[in-house]
Amino acid sequence: MILAVDTSLGTAVALIDPDGTRRAEAATADPLGHAEVIGDLVRDVLRESGSDGITHVVAGMGPGPFTGLRIGIATARAFALGRAVPVVPVPSHMAAALTIQATVTGPFAVVTDARRREVAVTVFDGLDEDGIPRTISDTVLVRAADADEHLAGLRRVDVTTLSAVDLARVGARALAAGRTLAGEEPLYLRHPDVTLPGAPKKVGA
Amino acid sequence: MSEPLVLGIETSCDETGIGIVRGRTLLSNTIASSMDEHARYGGVVPEVAARAHLEALQPAIDAALAEADVRLADLDAVAVTSGPGLAGALMVGVGAAKGLAVALDKPLYAVNHLVGHIAADILTPEAAPLEYPTIALLVSGGHTSLLHVRDLTTDVELLGETVDDAAGEAFDKVARLLSLPYPGGPEIDRAAVGGDPDAIRFPRGLSRASDLAKHRYDFSFSGLKTAVARWVERFEAENAAAGADARELPIADVAASFREAVVDVLVTKALNACADLGVPRLLLGGGVIANRRLREVALARAAEAGVTVRIPPLSLCTDNGAMIAALAAELIASGRPASTLGFGADSTLPVTEIQVAEAVPA
Ligand SMILES: [Zn+2]
Repeated sequence: MILAVDTSLGTAVALIDPDGTRRAEAATADPLGHAEVIGDLVRDVLRESGSDGITHVVAGMGPGPFTGLRIGIATARAFALGRAVPVVPVPSHMAAALTIQATVTGPFAVVTDARRREVAVTVFDGLDEDGIPRTISDTVLVRAADADEHLAGLRRVDVTTLSAVDLARVGARALAAGRTLAGEEPLYLRHPDVTLPGAPKKVGA
Repeated sequence: MSEPLVLGIETSCDETGIGIVRGRTLLSNTIASSMDEHARYGGVVPEVAARAHLEALQPAIDAALAEADVRLADLDAVAVTSGPGLAGALMVGVGAAKGLAVALDKPLYAVNHLVGHIAADILTPEAAPLEYPTIALLVSGGHTSLLHVRDLTTDVELLGETVDDAAGEAFDKVARLLSLPYPGGPEIDRAAVGGDPDAIRFPRGLSRASDLAKHRYDFSFSGLKTAVARWVERFEAENAAAGADARELPIADVAASFREAVVDVLVTKALNACADLGVPRLLLGGGVIANRRLREVALARAAEAGVTVRIPPLSLCTDNGAMIAALAAELIASGRPASTLGFGADSTLPVTEIQVAEAVPA
């Protein structure tokens, strides 16, 4: 079985068989509170379908608000460490794309909130030969107000929750194809928000 | 279970700490610090710290297990800092602890970072057991707190804390003012060598009679930092006017005098608490305890006051996972149930909450 964990939007956890069959799923749509709910959600899916025989843990690597995003990745990695199984990193937008392409033909853009009046945009078109959503253009941050102009008429799908079952399926297909879909580093897309200190400012006598 | 094997995860600030203890025996104290990454910013940057925790956790857990020579399956419990600290940094540890505990099907103890600093003391087998009650002074870059500890696992009271900067932050800011690198503590110490601690009388925050009424055990360091800045500016202005007679800034005197002001107010307030409450014991903890002058003054003045001072090894004074594991081991030994899984990170967790989300026994 494959466990998938994603906290790029809400908190989503699922367990599937290697062939993609859904075994259990638990999620909250709340874009906050990931740290509070993640433990219970993971335990719930394990209780529902039995906890032995997990061979891989799929981690949704974002994009998403950093603080929440990291919680799911930390949980996935530590769970994998506890079970001595590998982590399979998957871009979170691919889960949304797998869900969307079931009902949409042709190219479309997955759009998620990136805070600070920006959105994260990834363009997909159907599935490739391994059954993995085909990425037409990599994830970029766009000012929310400019997003439509950026997409220039391309079908836009705003996503606020995603399916951990589909995240797990993308991971399973990547494993079957021997492919790596994401790096170790979360898809932060932004540098840590800091400015270097200048000269100490005067306080006046 | 008298000697539980516990792995502790601590990510409240810039150190990723993984500790493993068996009861009161330290098996590993593994620390990965992101301090170098913060140096160029002159202070801890929360997002930089949180990113570093995520990277460091798994290698640190592996290293701790190897050093302790135990397997994850051998653990009796997992422990984690729930707060206080930097929220985004704490959440990385909380997520990891939950993932690990659920994967292993082991109990999880979510505990208080500040009380963890006190628990560090029980990992010193050569010392006599910690006696109660004791006053505890915890000083670091993140906190400056004075506690009344009646019992490590059940009864800790906050007497006072900083109302603005932590003492460690004051060292960092004054170091920057003097064009010294980060972290400021060791740099100020180095600069103060040969300096006269009485050369400049810098203010002692919240120490006037009127302040003592309301803030007897509270600290304030931002006024001190401003006073040092003003002194340096005035000196430089006078120097500019002096032309050929210009002198060099007496950095050693400034550093020694600043440090003396910090140390004086810390030790004075801690010993006031000992005297007021009739507690002849003082425990020191937190990274700033590495400051030798602070330890010297505390030991000398406590001896005069008839107060016994305990200082855990410095490797256990800075933030670490071993102290978190040690606190959980004490909770287990006293029969306390594990935490339920629904807790989060609490950046302002009060010190009275020694354990978070303790399960209600069925
Ligand atoms: Zn600390």
